[in-house]
Amino acid sequence: MDALKQELKENIIEQLNLEEFTIEDIDNDDALFGDGLGLDSIDALELIVMLDKDYGIKLTDPEKSKEIFQSINVLATYITEHRTK
Amino acid sequence: MNNKLNIQAWCSVQNGMVICNGKEIITVDNKQTFSASAKQVYKDQHWEYPKFFKMDRLSKLTFLTAEILMNEVTISSEEKESLAVVLSNKSASLDTDRKYQDSINSIENFYPSPAVFVFTLPNIGMGEVCIRHKIQGENAFFAFDDFNPLFLKQYAESLTQNNKAKQVLCGWTEIDEKGYNSFLYLASPNGTLPHTEESIKKLYTPS
Repeated sequence: MDALKQELKENIIEQLNLEEFTIEDIDNDDALFGDGLGLDSIDALELIVMLDKDYGIKLTDPEKSKEIFQSINVLATYITEHRTK
Repeated sequence: MNNKLNIQAWCSVQNGMVICNGKEIITVDNKQTFSASAKQVYKDQHWEYPKFFKMDRLSKLTFLTAEILMNEVTISSEEKESLAVVLSNKSASLDTDRKYQDSINSIENFYPSPAVFVFTLPNIGMGEVCIRHKIQGENAFFAFDDFNPLFLKQYAESLTQNNKAKQVLCGWTEIDEKGYNSFLYLASPNGTLPHTEESIKKLYTPS
């Protein structure tokens, strides 16, 4: 699980072009949206594509994405339980 | 009312050199990638605008040229309500269009990137500049085979003569596989350099 969290942080920084952040800047419980990393709606769509591409998880319910993109901890748990690749 | 325009300020980014009003701002290694060069300029200028890194290459080029130019002039928020933006280039957003196409070329590997898709129009970079500086005037983006100073001059004058704008941020911002160059200038009643086709052409052409 720790390796997955590390991988998620790396991917989020790289794929969302968060040049001002390092892995150490992101706590596992930090809010990804709002006051945390300050991600926006386009970032949310990018994360949905990332889940499909990297973990074989297809999200179709917008409410579900709000729930699982709360933090690295929540996202990692969801991926572990639902990944198909 | 005096609608006569002058060139109040200008900025160009060509061959790794960023020049504003004839003064060299920074020279970057022209062999590095454009994104690396843009990042170097961002750090050198101590900008704090992380959204810059999410932009596509054309928007970064447009934004950084405009940012340096706008920091050289003083324009009130009231004046920004009547500041128009008229930009142009040759390749429109083809640079980013190709990147987006790559993400959807294969049926087996079909993952369209929303963050790339939102930049598949050439006027998005212009929008980024307007958001940054709260510019609310008219804007337009044109595609030409080559830099067209006469068109820019006439279009800017038409906007001011018809009371659609009092000042116009004009220019050329082009990036493709072969390289990049941009040139923006502020056409305004202020300044002393006449807004003529010859002046615009002369400032655009590297010495």
